[in-house]
Order: sequence, then structure tokens, then C-alpha cells
Amino acid sequence: MKFPYSEKVLEHFRHPRNVGKIKDPDGKGVEGSPACGDMVAVYLKVDPESQTIKDVKFESYGCASNIATGSVITELAKGKSLKAAKQITWKQASEELGGLPPIKAHCSVLAVEGLRSAIRDYEERHGLVTEKEPTSSDVVKRRLKHVMNPLTGLDIIRTDLVLKSSIEDGVVRVVVDLPLDHQFAKAIKEEIVEKLEALWDVERVEVVFTEGK
Amino acid sequence: MQEKGVYLDNSACTRLDERVLEAMKPYFFETYAVATSEFGYSMGIEAKEGLEKARENLAKKLGAEPGELIFTSGATESSNMALKGVALALKSKKKRHILVSRIEDFPVLNTAKALEKQGFELTFLDVDSKGRLEPETLRKAIREETALVSVQQANQEIGTVQELSVLSEICEEKGVLLHTDATHSFTRLPLDMGKLPVDLVTLAAHTLHGPRGIGGLFVREETPLQKFMDGGFQEKNRRAGVENIPGAVGFAKAVELVKPEETRRLKDMQDRVIARTLAEIPDVSLNGCKNARLPQNANLSFHYVEGESITLHLDMRGFSVSTGSACFSRSLQASHVLLGIGGDHERAHGSVRFSFGRFNQMEDAEAVVDNIKEVVCRLREISPLSKK
Repeated sequence: MKFPYSEKVLEHFRHPRNVGKIKDPDGKGVEGSPACGDMVAVYLKVDPESQTIKDVKFESYGCASNIATGSVITELAKGKSLKAAKQITWKQASEELGGLPPIKAHCSVLAVEGLRSAIRDYEERHGLVTEKEPTSSDVVKRRLKHVMNPLTGLDIIRTDLVLKSSIEDGVVRVVVDLPLDHQFAKAIKEEIVEKLEALWDVERVEVVFTEGK
Repeated sequence: MQEKGVYLDNSACTRLDERVLEAMKPYFFETYAVATSEFGYSMGIEAKEGLEKARENLAKKLGAEPGELIFTSGATESSNMALKGVALALKSKKKRHILVSRIEDFPVLNTAKALEKQGFELTFLDVDSKGRLEPETLRKAIREETALVSVQQANQEIGTVQELSVLSEICEEKGVLLHTDATHSFTRLPLDMGKLPVDLVTLAAHTLHGPRGIGGLFVREETPLQKFMDGGFQEKNRRAGVENIPGAVGFAKAVELVKPEETRRLKDMQDRVIARTLAEIPDVSLNGCKNARLPQNANLSFHYVEGESITLHLDMRGFSVSTGSACFSRSLQASHVLLGIGGDHERAHGSVRFSFGRFNQMEDAEAVVDNIKEVVCRLREISPLSKK
């Protein structure tokens, strides 16, 4: 038999490690959304003294590479300091898995981002975010790369769904190239708001829809 | 279980029936000449006879005249020929508008889009949540400039069968040509050109345990059709290129071998998979119609889990099925059919298509349900969405 993934990927896919929820997690990160494709949730327990990850678990609503990456990054992160865990990259996870198909980068990178966002959540909740980067259009763009375009399964920045964005006095305005009554307009709007309103200097998020093509 | 496991992706392609291969063999090794005119040499005349016999048998099955059937390299070429041929033939008559249902298979869909780029106007016809095209939707969309309507007989993914008799009457009444893609329905559903006012029909052998690389296009007499591929004068100067005689003979044989009892057997497997899945697994929805449905197709969405994960788990257990999830496709795009019936990405994400063929047995249908039950349960255990 010939499968589309490496032995290692298949092994993690068959028997994913660290699966499930953690009750009362110290940090939690969710990346992706059901309306748009794959989704990953990562839960953390952190030792406050040493700032190391005591326990980490993940859940996946995704394809094989998403599940395998979630499994391997939780293995990599367990026992590491927050600082070190933050540095875990997709490339590292992919190497650990004996390589992932490039076309699957998007599905698997979500798991890495899930871990990072769980760590960020912990840091934000524990007042550990020291450098506060002011929200610029670059920051907005970076955040919106995590919002999927359900028509394609790729993010809304890459698929040019965002016509423009602006930031003024804590109000972020995002113009989306879709008609207001489009079947995915609501889901995309919710996701954009969710991704941006958490930024420390953002007070309000406005999502504007165009008439579309 | 067979050596290669249980193959349940017969809508994509089927295993060749050995009897088809036997029928083709003489045209590879004995009568291998091109089809010559009646003044050619004897091997060529014999080859020509083989080709014409195949054409006759296929035409009969379709209720058509032999002269109305053009052999092509398959469904993709047939649909290209139909849409491009008609569009180009009617271009000068200011008929520049094409109507295509939103859930057509890629040969029709992308040919229509290509014509749009060349200046034709394209309108997609919306279908309802089961994939059915409402006759009124079609009636309202037809305009003075409409050259051609293309609506499949049955859908490749969700199996929904269109009401061709009603739709074709509307087209006839409005004086608009109608093309139908019957790749997935030919021989499995009735299709009689003597009764239906359809002008062009796409046919293929690969879905019928026939060979790949052979198909046909029915073109009703006097239908305007411009030759779209240049070359020789084969097929009455309608399709250039050396005729695929072994293919044509195999196609005719494959069609001859399809029997109503077999179709009923496939439907029993389909019904069993649908009934058991809906009864035994919670949070599953059937995609497509319950009744107006191809007999060999079951398409179900398993909520909270992703299709490629399901198909890979099933593959490791020896079952071949497919999914409309973006993760499974080469283009990373979710199924346009499932999105086209108003489903969201989630519906496509967890969808699985089971399609049955001659070499499947009822025990395969039972086994795939037993296995998918376990697989979906395991995947739901790790899904953040499932209500545990």
C-alpha cells in the first residue's frame, strides 16, 4: 500500500499524543474555524515558578497533517519553558514528522499557531506581555492571515478578499470583497472581529462588505 | 476482502471488466489498422466495421441514430466539443449567452468559464439544497441571446438526478439547445433520445467498467456544431484524429454488460449504507436527494470531523472512498457541489462519497459502515467541536 504521508505522520495520525482538553487551563489557543476549514485548540498548564509547560493537550478538527502536527508539537512543547516553546516552528514540526507535503503547510501550520496563541493567552492573562506593539496595518494583516476564506480554504489575505484596512483612534476598519448577503459574510465577519478585538489598543472593529464581483 | 481492499470510488473510475478487455483485444492484435473507407484494404474495412458496429450498438442503447454519435477521448472532450462547438457555431447569430447549472462537473463548468473569457456571457443556474434545478429557474434564465443550456442528468458527487424531461421541454419550447452530461447516469438511468428533446449528450466508458480514454457525444441531427479540434476528416469530419477502435468496441461491450439486475444490486448497497449510517452514527446528514438519486452513490457528511482524516483512516483499513473536503483536493478547494447546494465549508469538510460498482458485494457495504463508525467515533474524540 502507498499512503500520501511519511510513516511518522501516519503513526502520529493513528495514535495522536496529548489529545483532549485540560480543565481550567492556564492558557488556551484556538486557530482556524469550523466555517472555514481546519481548526485546532491547544490547552496549557504552566508552572508559574519556572515558567515551563507542565502539561499540554490539543484537539483537532482537521486533516491528517493537522492532527499529526498537533500531536508532534505538543510532544515538543511539553516540559519546555514558555520562551523555548514559542520558538517551535512549523519547519521543526515538519522535520520531526519526516516531512509534510508542501500543499499541506496551511493545515499543519495551524497547530503551531495554536500553541503560540495558547502561550500568548497565558502571557496576556498573567501580565507578561511587556512590549506592546501598536496596531499597524501590518499587524492587522498578520492577524487576518489567520482568517480563512471558506471559498478556497486559504486565508483571506492571500486570496485578496481584504480590499483594504485602516486604523484610526483604536477603530479598525476592514473592507471585504464580498456582498453583504454572501453565505459566508457572517462567518468571515465574526472571525475578523475575533482576531482583531483582542489587540490591546483596538477598541472597535468595523467590517464592511462590498458588492463583490 | 479482496487483495486490493474494497474499492468504493466507482464514480471516479471503475475496474475494467475482463469481458470488455477480451472484446477489445482483436482490435489491438489482429484488426489493428485504422478504419479505412470502403475502398481501402481489407483490414481497414474490417476495423471500420468493428467501429461502426460499436457505434450502432451504443446508439441503439441511447435511442439515437448511429450517425448522431461521435466517438471522443472521454467525457472531458465530449463536453468541450458540445459547449465550444455550439457556442462557436452560433456566435455569428448573436447567440452569445450560455446557461450552466452551478453543480456541473469540471468539463462543463470550466469549458463554460473558458467561453466566458472569450466573450460569451455565462449565467450559473442555482440549484436547491438537494441539488435540484427548479424548472422555473431555468425558464426565467433563458433569454433571446441564449445559445445553449447545459444541465447534467445526474450529479457526480451527490448523485442528484435532474428532471430532464421537464427541463428539456422548456428548452425545446424556448428554442434553445440543451446539452446534458450523462457520464454518471448512462445505462444506470433511462435516457432515450427518441423521447427526450435533448440535443447533445456526453457519455463515457470509464464509469461503466469500460476502458478509459473513450467516450461519446450524441449530437442530434442538424444541431449546429463547429469542429473545435483540427486535423483529419474522421467521424464525418466532426472529430479529427485516428479513431480509438479498441476503445469504441470496449465501450459498446461495457454498455452491453450493464444489466438492470446489477443496477438494482448497486442500489441495495447504496440504500444499506445510507440507512445504516443515518441510523447508527449520530450527527450525519445525507447530501443530495433521498429519492431522485443515482442508484450507485451515497454521499454523507459526518459533522465535527474532517473528510481527509476519514478517508485516510479508511484507506489504512483497506477502503477507497473520496471526500469533498478541501484538504483532499489537489486544488485545496472544497467541493463546489456541496457549496453550490448551499452547504457551508463544514458540510464539505466532513463529506464522504461512497460509489458502488460491479465488483462490490453487500458485505463491502456492511464492512465500510462498520469501519466508518469506528473511525468517526475516534476522530470525534479528538475534535474540539463534538459534544462529548
